[in-house]
Amino acid sequence: MTMKTVLNDQHRALGGRMVSFAGWDMPVHYGSQMEEHHAVRQTAGMFDVSHMLVIDLAGERTRSFLQYLLANDVARLKASGKALYSCMLNEQGGVIDDLIVYYFQDDAFRMVVNAGCADKDLAWIQQQAASFDVTITPRRDLAMIAVQGPQARDKTLPLFSSELAEAAAELSVFHAATVDDWCVARTGYTGEDGFEIMLPEAEAPVLWQALTDAGVAPCGLGARDTLRLEAGMNLYGSDMDEECSPLEAGLNWTLAWEPETRNFIGRKALEAKRNATDNKRFIGLLLEGRGVLRNHQKLFSDGVEIGEITSGGFAPTLQRSIALARVEPNMGESCTVEIRGKQVPAKVVQPPFARKGKACINLEGDKS
Amino acid sequence: MSEVPNELKYCSSHEWVSSVDDGVVTIGITDHAQDQLGDLVFVELPEVGQALELKGECAVVESVKAASDVYSPVSGEVAEINEALMDSPELVNDDPYGDGWLFKIRLANEAELDNLLDADGYRAAADA
Repeated sequence: MTMKTVLNDQHRALGGRMVSFAGWDMPVHYGSQMEEHHAVRQTAGMFDVSHMLVIDLAGERTRSFLQYLLANDVARLKASGKALYSCMLNEQGGVIDDLIVYYFQDDAFRMVVNAGCADKDLAWIQQQAASFDVTITPRRDLAMIAVQGPQARDKTLPLFSSELAEAAAELSVFHAATVDDWCVARTGYTGEDGFEIMLPEAEAPVLWQALTDAGVAPCGLGARDTLRLEAGMNLYGSDMDEECSPLEAGLNWTLAWEPETRNFIGRKALEAKRNATDNKRFIGLLLEGRGVLRNHQKLFSDGVEIGEITSGGFAPTLQRSIALARVEPNMGESCTVEIRGKQVPAKVVQPPFARKGKACINLEGDKS
Repeated sequence: MSEVPNELKYCSSHEWVSSVDDGVVTIGITDHAQDQLGDLVFVELPEVGQALELKGECAVVESVKAASDVYSPVSGEVAEINEALMDSPELVNDDPYGDGWLFKIRLANEAELDNLLDADGYRAAADA
């Protein structure tokens, strides 16, 4: 049984090419993934991300519960509305999911988790919460729309109530403002400025229409993927999963080791590997030869296999092919990628590849 | 929905074949195929002079989403390739039956053309 977001009719009316994604009937594009990608980098685009799950956590011990549940430390969240990106790990240090957690009050936090992980996440959180007396409320009554791009905030603010518009206009990056059941966060998954708006389902079609009328381009999952790849952001299930440690997925920066006394799930397993010299490296790649990098293509150096692409594709902003890859720790600054039996040269680059409308890496190199 | 010109012949694997001009036919992919693939970002073509087998893999078209093989609808030798696609693969999306052609084949056996689908046959096969 495929699930539908409250905006399903809108997607179909706009000519959305619908696909099944994590059990949801979602638009992959509305005609041209490439044009949608450029709209977000150059003007403004919007995504229905209502398939993601909002989870509210309430209770006096919510903060200490989240300090135990998450590998990043919610102690860093001091101002109401502040957001934090974190992994949720299993005891083995594998990634159950990556998520954003928002702090509203000491007894009220919110998490937004991936659609494909929603059921297992809920079960895990409920199981872990048992001894903390925290109330866990999945908010399937909320829809979520991400508006992204250099013009996203200007096009969106006039559509809010005056109270919310005033608060949203003042938001710093990675902060959220709440008025009634609307929560507007200055966050995203594209490498552009913008908002992620959580709101009551019944009100979402009206906002979607108003955004369309304001000239915000509807964008599908396809552009969402190429935008996040250019921005160097990991995708759960491709770049990391329960078998993979954040230490080998470029996510070290999300692990809060201090204070040493904080016992979070997975800490013990990660501590053992924290300074290991055989941890795989997680790198960015720029294809120098002709072709397109794809997930699971193998990487070679001097004829020896040294790793694999975890997310690969064509980067519309760069007009080049890029990838995230997991490789042997001693890898040099270049390699070859096996594409249909041929070895094609690629070089190591530091993500992000493109953000704020522009390339962030040096594109020099022969594209012969 | 998609365009299927009556004057062309087709394979169920979504290639089109022009009528014969001095022993040579032009090959491309159909409007339906380009629509299903989405924005093309890379095209790999055979080399001029290369011998192609009937239904052999001979080219690759890659979109933002995926790579897809192109199979030769006939056997013969590659007479010409569409060099413009190297820098502008989007021509296949914009004009699949015109500027977005892939390559030309000098036919080894003209009788093979009789086994190809006509427009109605392709529409039925591809649900296009």
